[in-house]
Amino acid sequence: MSLTSAHSVVAPSATSKRVAGTIIVLYALISIVPLLWIFATSFKTPPDSIAYPPKILFQPSVEGYCNLFSTRTRQTPEYINSLGPATGLCEETVRKRNMVIAGPSNFMPRFINSLIIAFGSTFCAVFLGTMSAYGFSRFKVPLADDLLFFILSTRMMPPIAVAIPIYLMYRELGLSDTALGMILLYTAVNVSLAVWLLKGFIDEIPREYEEAAMIDGYTRLQAFWRTVLPQATTGIAATAIFCLIFAWNEYAFAALLTSGTAQTAPPFIPTIIGEGGQDWPAVAAGTTIFLVPILVFTILLRKQLLRGITFGAVRK
Amino acid sequence: MAEIRVEHLRKAFGDFVAVQDSSFVVRDGEFFVMLGPSGCGKTTTLRMIAGLELPTGGKILLGGEDVTMRRARERDIAFVFQLFALYPHMNVRRNIGFPLLAQGMPGIEIRQRVEETAKLLRIDQLLNKSVSGLAGGDRQRVALGRAIVRRPKCFLMDEPLGTLDTEFRDLMVHELRELHNRIHATTVYVTHDQMEAMSMADKIAVMNHGVIEQFGTPREIYDRPATMFVADFIGSPPMNFLGFGGGLSKGAREIVVQGAKVAVPEVREDIASTDMALGIRPEHIRFDDGSKLRGAIYGTEYLGTTQIVAVETSGGIIKARVPAEIRLNAGDHVGLALSSARLSLFEKGSGRAVRTAIHDGASQGKAHHG
Repeated sequence: MSLTSAHSVVAPSATSKRVAGTIIVLYALISIVPLLWIFATSFKTPPDSIAYPPKILFQPSVEGYCNLFSTRTRQTPEYINSLGPATGLCEETVRKRNMVIAGPSNFMPRFINSLIIAFGSTFCAVFLGTMSAYGFSRFKVPLADDLLFFILSTRMMPPIAVAIPIYLMYRELGLSDTALGMILLYTAVNVSLAVWLLKGFIDEIPREYEEAAMIDGYTRLQAFWRTVLPQATTGIAATAIFCLIFAWNEYAFAALLTSGTAQTAPPFIPTIIGEGGQDWPAVAAGTTIFLVPILVFTILLRKQLLRGITFGAVRK
Repeated sequence: MAEIRVEHLRKAFGDFVAVQDSSFVVRDGEFFVMLGPSGCGKTTTLRMIAGLELPTGGKILLGGEDVTMRRARERDIAFVFQLFALYPHMNVRRNIGFPLLAQGMPGIEIRQRVEETAKLLRIDQLLNKSVSGLAGGDRQRVALGRAIVRRPKCFLMDEPLGTLDTEFRDLMVHELRELHNRIHATTVYVTHDQMEAMSMADKIAVMNHGVIEQFGTPREIYDRPATMFVADFIGSPPMNFLGFGGGLSKGAREIVVQGAKVAVPEVREDIASTDMALGIRPEHIRFDDGSKLRGAIYGTEYLGTTQIVAVETSGGIIKARVPAEIRLNAGDHVGLALSSARLSLFEKGSGRAVRTAIHDGASQGKAHHG
């Protein structure tokens, strides 16, 4: 093999490293600016958030977060003055706008809905995906190729294309606006991804491990649990992140199928705009908090995620 | 430990027959090797004994018990895989103790047994190490440890030295045999490497295309190959074949090959006129100018103590193993003298060895044809 083949083995020069580094930094900046902007906006006052030219430097305020978590009523200055001293930072901030806190907003319940539905559906999709991927990988399933294609085909059109049938079905089944309905829906969408991704990972684990365990006195299920699962954790983690990100971010079905008790955060956040003017800091605060779980999850599992993305590119 | 009895075992995958009607007995404490080229059915046979594949037909008895359709975990056997199948998420101690855990043995006892086993294999200093950092030979020892820790009825090994480099392999061949001599475990060992087979086995079965061509001791298989396949597969370089025509009659002691009369062991059967082959091991050839069987030196391969000389005869190239001191030049004409008492005769069509004074039917093992 010559050194000038497609995959050069020559170490990159200092210049090319610098160029590559610059491009990566630029790209990272471009990607991260909107996030930083949202984060900054969440700490602005409403007037600052719509100031023109946009304010880069501003006096930070928790007003956005206060507004996000509370509902407020407008009162006369006389009434507010008649009240005792403000009990908290939010109360104080709100009173400056001639308002008092009337109660908690719906944000927390919606956020909890999101957590339940996203993690619940991710668990179901990964569980079902692991089991069926193992089955497809290890057993002679009749019509396996067709079944796998059928599973994949559920991904071939945008899920929203079936929105209306699902809406009608859910109405008939009483699944509209229920957490169960949303978990089932997201599981159904994610399970195809999970089966395919995990089948790849499980195919890579030699059968000898289970065979060895089965000869050593374990049942197949025990062998699967003790030898295959521990080695598939990378794949399971990567698959879980993909499923979670989808379920967490999903907007269209959530907007269509949930409106009250089971509403998730994505359709809820835009509704903040309607309540008492365009409260951009509250929207930005909601978005910032909404980003946190996925951020934490992704950072915790970033190695597995990277391996999931580059899966198959490098053979071990 | 137990005897393994395999009766008329057969395995077909769809139209492909991997194992046809195999029968053999591995006696208690015997080291039995199944030898053959890849795809000959040896691994499939082993997996059927283990319970990892179910046979299409036939019977498997372990210690007199019919286990043909039993699950692997109910057979009380141990299996060493080619790639060892050490669990990467467990350290050496947990790997070796894994089979005991399945039996629900208490932790203290597991610990004790694992340490005993590790000492036997001289890997007690590795017990708390991760298996992923181990060298090939140590991985092999851990895999063996996992097999012997449970004291099963028998050991099954599927080319366990296949991935080791030559140096380690020789060492492990020695260690395996030594271990066997100490614990006398009935062992079925699969390999395609004749050196491994010859140096370790008490009994060998040579397989080809799902058929056991010969079953016997290493010496029987080398000296009295039952078929041309066995003669060709065993030995390096393999047995030479010189073709000749005509039939043979009972009591004949001489044949004519390339116009030269060659003395052979006494023939014990009548063979109708057909294509025949004379089989000669390379070390049973001497150079003798008086011989009528002649050829020209084609090339030599110097091996230190001996040399392999290729001689071109009118019937093709044959290889002789002669002392290294003999000086030879390419193109030299030489006469070839054969050690008559050690020659084999074959029927070319079936590949079957002709019954002679050394190839008596009784010693021929079980060759199946058709």
